[in-house]
Amino acid sequence: MHRTGELYGQFKTLEQQKESASLGMWIFLITEVMFFGGIMLAYTLNRHVYFPAFAAGSNTLSLKLGTINTGVLLASSFTMVMAVWAAQVGRKTLITVFLLLTIGLGFIFLGIKYVEYSQKFEHHLVPGKKFDIFFCVNNPSSCPDVAPDELMEESKLLDEAKAADPDLESHAQLYYSAYFGMTGLHALHMIIGAGLLFWLLKGSLAGKFTPQWNTPVDIVGLYWHFVDIVWIYLFPLLYLIDRHK
Amino acid sequence: MSTTAATPAKTLPEHHYLNATYGIRSWLLTVDHKRIALLYLISVTFFFFIGGFFAMMIRLHLLTPSGYLLSADTYNRMFTMHGVAMIFFFLIPSIPAVLGNFFIPLMIGAKDLAFPKINLLSWYIYVVGALFTLYSMISGGLDTGWTFYTPLSTVYSNSAVAPAVIGVFITGFSSILTGLNFLVTIHTMRAPGMTWFRLPLFVWAHYATSIVMILGTPVVAITLALAGMERLFGLGFFNPAMGGDPILFQHLFWFYSHPAVYIMILPAMGVISELIPTFARKQLFGYHFVAAASLAIAVIGFLVWAHHMFVTGQSTYAALAFSFLTFLVAIPSAVKVFNWAATLYGGSISFDTPMLYAFGFLGLFLIGGLTGLFLGCLGTDIHIHDTYFVVAHFHYIMVGGAIMGYLGGLHFWWPKMTGRMYPEWLARIAALILFVGFNLTFFPQFLLGYLGMPRRYHVYPPEFQVYNVMSTAGASILAIGYLMPMIYLTWAAFYGKVAGDNPWPATGLEWKTPSPPPTENFPVTPIVTWEAYDFHNRPDLGLDPVSTHEIMPAHGDD
Repeated sequence: MHRTGELYGQFKTLEQQKESASLGMWIFLITEVMFFGGIMLAYTLNRHVYFPAFAAGSNTLSLKLGTINTGVLLASSFTMVMAVWAAQVGRKTLITVFLLLTIGLGFIFLGIKYVEYSQKFEHHLVPGKKFDIFFCVNNPSSCPDVAPDELMEESKLLDEAKAADPDLESHAQLYYSAYFGMTGLHALHMIIGAGLLFWLLKGSLAGKFTPQWNTPVDIVGLYWHFVDIVWIYLFPLLYLIDRHK
Repeated sequence: MSTTAATPAKTLPEHHYLNATYGIRSWLLTVDHKRIALLYLISVTFFFFIGGFFAMMIRLHLLTPSGYLLSADTYNRMFTMHGVAMIFFFLIPSIPAVLGNFFIPLMIGAKDLAFPKINLLSWYIYVVGALFTLYSMISGGLDTGWTFYTPLSTVYSNSAVAPAVIGVFITGFSSILTGLNFLVTIHTMRAPGMTWFRLPLFVWAHYATSIVMILGTPVVAITLALAGMERLFGLGFFNPAMGGDPILFQHLFWFYSHPAVYIMILPAMGVISELIPTFARKQLFGYHFVAAASLAIAVIGFLVWAHHMFVTGQSTYAALAFSFLTFLVAIPSAVKVFNWAATLYGGSISFDTPMLYAFGFLGLFLIGGLTGLFLGCLGTDIHIHDTYFVVAHFHYIMVGGAIMGYLGGLHFWWPKMTGRMYPEWLARIAALILFVGFNLTFFPQFLLGYLGMPRRYHVYPPEFQVYNVMSTAGASILAIGYLMPMIYLTWAAFYGKVAGDNPWPATGLEWKTPSPPPTENFPVTPIVTWEAYDFHNRPDLGLDPVSTHEIMPAHGDD
């Protein structure tokens, strides 16, 4: 099937091609909702059954880093939508600028996520043989990034949780499995999204996107917003709800 | 078939999709939906015979009560790999990826699917998943049952679970991409005049199937991903020893795997909806209802999954609701069967091979469907749960239904796909052998199950032997019935009589282009001015007006 300009041979018109492409992306996003839905269900169910362990786990996450990351990601959604707008009105330089900003914000998010992950490794909060939710409480010197008053608070919460759930260690591991599973999948989607943005950047630098034809910017934008929305759900699920109850 | 008498010998068109380009690269890098369909045809046939080999091992082993052929452990591997090969690598892709891929664009008057490259990608994903699964099969096999129940699969099994889970996980994405491609194609690629209610019911059935594919498959993907992580890294979601919940696995697994049954049967129903009007030479009775029934089956099918779990200790009230919803699926299924039967009434029926398969489907699907109600009923399910009754039931649906539909469709469209006719009498005999062999294999299993023989056991009490011998004898006949079409269809693709554009004749748009079709499907984009299955207003079919005359019932106006 040969291609005439931007029109692929199986289509009759550019409108039909654009309609197909965006419908395809919307359907793909539906499959993504179902994909994340499965693991969110597993999380919600276990959170209901092992509430003390999950609250204790939630309390060890850094609210500060999580909030900053939420802001970063929302900002990247804004720059993405600006890139889509720039493509629609044909401001070619602006497309490149906004794409670069989106990529930059995406990498800031991933960088902060990396910091959070390495803290979890240092604090022995990764499920497995070395898992020890009391590690920081018992070895404050190994956790210099946690303030002493936070540690006091954490120690109290952990003792309460341990009293409520004698098998706190294994149930807290379920929390961290879900944490790493969900944020890991989300980060994987961010990395794929960044790859797509670089592909757009290449097209944008070649001046390919015009008000008549900008479908790739449009549908990558849809994907990027979806990945942001996943985080909008993950942030309260993992960091916020009933943190200190 | 009556129009062939005095016409000159038919020839194949000079240019068609099979001779457009040559060489291995032109096949492995093709984006033509028709060639990709043939790639799928070869791959699913390969897995069909792998799965069939395992099935023969099972049946031979069960000839004697003590089981003389395999060890208990090997037996477990045989039935597991039979299920995995047949369900994930044959049944789910069979009709959609082969016939659907080939004919949806032709039926709606499009040059190709909306995303030809994604179509090719889906085949490669299938192949990669298949390689992982084959690796699992040759590196010790798999013994968890095709359901991968945890914690057996994640903690206790000593077999090659991880590569099989990875293989099935990967192959799921092939299914998702096929469904996505079909949905978009049906929405945006229809030819002028091809309105939603002029679509052939085959297309409606695939629309419903695609919905199940895109909504269900991602859920089993994440479930298998979690189970795989649990196996490899010791996470605990489904492991009770670590506080996880194995029932959660079953819920998530069946949330996909029950609707997956409809991925297998809905396309077969679509095929039957094409065959019956064609060979009854009569417009399909209740077109809108049959189309809506496909969608209803897809939607209700998502709400019944826990009927696989009646004995897991789930809440009685949940079980009641799921039982009720299970019964609801019978309604749209029955609507279809009644409408097919009503189409036959007063039709001018011919018994060509595809129609024999359609009749086979009607009878076997009826038995398979009605025995499903025994299992959906809470009281009787306690008695026949996990017995051969279940095995017989789902084989009546999946083999008697889905494979009969698949073979009927292959025979019906073989002249379009290859341009050549299969040997009619040989094919009729094969269809008959299949029907007899199938019933001899699986009907005794209903009796065995009702008498209490559990599934998945490698030994059984001696009083069950006579039924097991019957079943094994039937399986041998069935094997011949499957080998025959494989051989003569392959032969016919190269040496069969040239078929012509519309040998039956049938009404669909796919028959208005040469056989085999050119790469771009239609020399000019067709404009559709007729309703689906309308034989009356189609002088181009060359039918004798009398043969399409609607025969009114004698009591028509009393």
